[in-house]
Amino acid sequence: MTDNHSHTDEGGETRRDFIHIAAAGMAALGGAAVLWPFIDQMNPAADTLALGTTDVAVDQLSPGDEITVMFRSMPHFVRLRTEAEVAAARNEDMGNLPDRLARNRNLEDSAPATDENRSAMSAAIAEGQSVDETLRAALLVTSANCTHLGCVPTQGSGDYGAWFCPCHGSHYDTSGRIRRGPAPENLPIPPMTFISATTLRLG
Amino acid sequence: MSGNSTYEPKTPFTRWLDARLPIVRLGWDSFVDFPTPRNLNYWYTFGGILSVCLMVQIITGIVLAMHYVPNIDYAFASVQRIDRDVNYGWLIRSIHAVGASMFFLAVYMHIFRGLYYGSYKAPREILWILGVVIYLLMMAAAFLGYVLPWGQMSFWGAMVITNLFGALPLIGEPVTQWLWGGFTVGNETLNRFFSLHYLIPFLIAGVVVLHIWALHVPGNNNPTGISVKTSADTLPFHPYYTVKDGFAIVVFLLIFAGFVFYAPDVLGHADNYIEANPLVTPAMIVPEWYLLPFYAILRAVPDKLGGVILMFAAIGVLFVLPWLDTSKVRSMRYRPMARWFFGFFVVSCLGLGWAGAELPDTLVPVLGAIGVDFLLLGRVLTIYYFAYFLVILPVLGFVEKPTPRPASIEESVLYGDKPAKSGSGAGAVPAAQPAE
Amino acid sequence: MNKLSKLLAVAAVTVMVAAPAIGAGYYRSPEPYDWSFEGPFGEYDRQAVQRGFQVYQQVCSACHGLKHLAFRHLGQEGGPFETVMVDGVEQSYANPNDNPVIAAIAAEYLISDIDDIGETIERPGRPSDMFPYPFANEAQARAANGGAYPPDLSIIVRARHYGADYIRSLLMGYDEEPPADLDIRAGSYYNPYMPGMVIAMAPQLWDGMVEYADGTEATTEQMATDVTHFLAWASNPHMEARKRMGLMVMIYLFGLAVLLYASYRKVWSRVKH
Repeated sequence: MTDNHSHTDEGGETRRDFIHIAAAGMAALGGAAVLWPFIDQMNPAADTLALGTTDVAVDQLSPGDEITVMFRSMPHFVRLRTEAEVAAARNEDMGNLPDRLARNRNLEDSAPATDENRSAMSAAIAEGQSVDETLRAALLVTSANCTHLGCVPTQGSGDYGAWFCPCHGSHYDTSGRIRRGPAPENLPIPPMTFISATTLRLG
Repeated sequence: MSGNSTYEPKTPFTRWLDARLPIVRLGWDSFVDFPTPRNLNYWYTFGGILSVCLMVQIITGIVLAMHYVPNIDYAFASVQRIDRDVNYGWLIRSIHAVGASMFFLAVYMHIFRGLYYGSYKAPREILWILGVVIYLLMMAAAFLGYVLPWGQMSFWGAMVITNLFGALPLIGEPVTQWLWGGFTVGNETLNRFFSLHYLIPFLIAGVVVLHIWALHVPGNNNPTGISVKTSADTLPFHPYYTVKDGFAIVVFLLIFAGFVFYAPDVLGHADNYIEANPLVTPAMIVPEWYLLPFYAILRAVPDKLGGVILMFAAIGVLFVLPWLDTSKVRSMRYRPMARWFFGFFVVSCLGLGWAGAELPDTLVPVLGAIGVDFLLLGRVLTIYYFAYFLVILPVLGFVEKPTPRPASIEESVLYGDKPAKSGSGAGAVPAAQPAE
Repeated sequence: MNKLSKLLAVAAVTVMVAAPAIGAGYYRSPEPYDWSFEGPFGEYDRQAVQRGFQVYQQVCSACHGLKHLAFRHLGQEGGPFETVMVDGVEQSYANPNDNPVIAAIAAEYLISDIDDIGETIERPGRPSDMFPYPFANEAQARAANGGAYPPDLSIIVRARHYGADYIRSLLMGYDEEPPADLDIRAGSYYNPYMPGMVIAMAPQLWDGMVEYADGTEATTEQMATDVTHFLAWASNPHMEARKRMGLMVMIYLFGLAVLLYASYRKVWSRVKH
């Protein structure tokens, strides 16, 4: 541009004085601020965040039964475990667990991955209700998406008598804890409340 | 545009890139060192404003398409969801809806500026025609977009406009059915309108590139209409016009934001917040304000086919305008008669807009006393609209005596518009000779 | 800039402002009312919106839906129950689902759903549920209302010319005797604010028909004003956020314009123009 200054009154180099920097800086600031609404609009909308709760009638299950329910558009396993399964899960040495945290939304983040912390023992009970202790101990509700890359594990296969993820070979035990394979964490437990002796509400 | 580029890559990387893809050089020559007439006024900032409008519409539109559902059962509710539940959805939809109006406001300023300063004349005919193509595409995009919220105005607007094609002899019915994908405006129609509404802005962006290319061959016209002769007539685009355009854009955005935040509905129609109902037609169907003049021209003709033809002719005539205007002088600054006819032309366009907004048999205020209703007003102004292009501009070139023009842009800047050195009367440039 | 330029600019603005004002015709312009939400800094009166919601629940909801609103909307930012008194303490909830007042309102409604064995059931509402529509479908709504279709009220204030003023005037506009030349059929009523001046909705509000929770006297005018206030909020739930952001944007753009103008003057001071 220098040769074009031959016909200006001053000539010489453009002096980048304060006012130009201030104007350009303020314009850049505005441009950055405008970005946020356009980014945030892709986050879950208010109706998605408010998505309802899911009620499960647990009295329909007999030991060994498992159903898959949808909670917040994601599949969840609801399994009434047999006594043998509960015993196996309880007797497991914590030292054998790759992930020693309960991953339970009803408990502190630091809660250990004992079977008591994984089962419906951790679910809240609505005021004035009482729920059978054996049922709570045997009931297991977990996300049905493998913590590796999101596939749904199959029941009854794998080396730990419970779930096995066919995508990349992750093995989960009867407490939904990861035991072998590429998945990094135990299957997470959703927030849940017994609203009656027979109905468990997720969310 | 001179053949000599002043771009000098300074770093090894830019030298390496320049030898392979001289994209920085292209940008430099087009928007930094591009020689621009030094006398451009604020009417010349609308080009920059329009490119901002296009970008705003494309960005907000892509975002809205992430949430919108093009199905007649869900479209209206999905727009409500955008307004109520999507994070900042109310803001983004409001910008997009107001943005359509602001886009047209700017394009009308841009077009009227071109008409006044003779920017359509040689050697800028292609530049002008590309501009008219952009305008046509804008109207198509605006119409298609207005259908998407699936309100009452969306539905009935789509019904009325698509039925226009039914006026075509022989092929009318097959063409309308082809447009609809059915026997009336329906789900198929909404789906294809959504697809096309998404497509057209990118076509516009493509034609805008051609438009700027065609601008950069002869360079900008300017308020004197006199061509650039020496480098003393020009300034580099940057920083002189980047900062001037930037200031104008921000002032424009102030008005834009005023509508978005304080009157988001004032440019639209209340009935479009009622979900489309094929059983009930709103008491009054009017297009958005920017299409009202054409609506008035459509209604000015008692015959359906005639009205449609005339409406399309109103835009078609713009394509041949460069060859209709016979004057050798570009800028109406030096055309004492033409500028008056131009003034009436602007008023008649606004009047046509008014006539399009009212019921045809409503009496015009004041003029109603002598029995003038809006149908008559629309007819008179339609006649003037066409006469301006088909009679007045062709004839004026022969009968009008231009006023004296400065010898150059530099002279007009330094000594004012009237030639200071030469004596009165003849002018610095022979009137018969356009400055090339 | 020459005179022509100015004329053009003024005329363009005139047309833009005048265009949407059209459409008035064979009916009376509504009485203007001094709403608290008007103007660039206007806000909703939370108490009025709450009272208006009570009127909607007890009167309007028998025939008119609110199908684009969910119960949770009442508790979102800017909503009437954004802050509520719980055990004598004022509380606000980031997630409206946790708001006990919203949960209580939702639980008053029965929502059709399908239980986990596939049976159709009616269960109490939850905050995330949409307001239930009072009729099964449009045909049933028409049959129950003498052929007229009670419009949905979610966006009614944006969907009518003159917005809130029109709704309020219409609700209060049943007092006058119809003109002699107007044919009012059985099941129709004279209302000068309705386009065509004949309305299928019977007068709905009488003094004292609602017992306001906050003790306000429920005159017809008070109820009409309150329910309109509620519907204005329902139509424009983010209005307050919009105006707040608008103020910041306008201040920013004005400042940027001043800086750019200074920069522009500085740049152009180098050359004669």
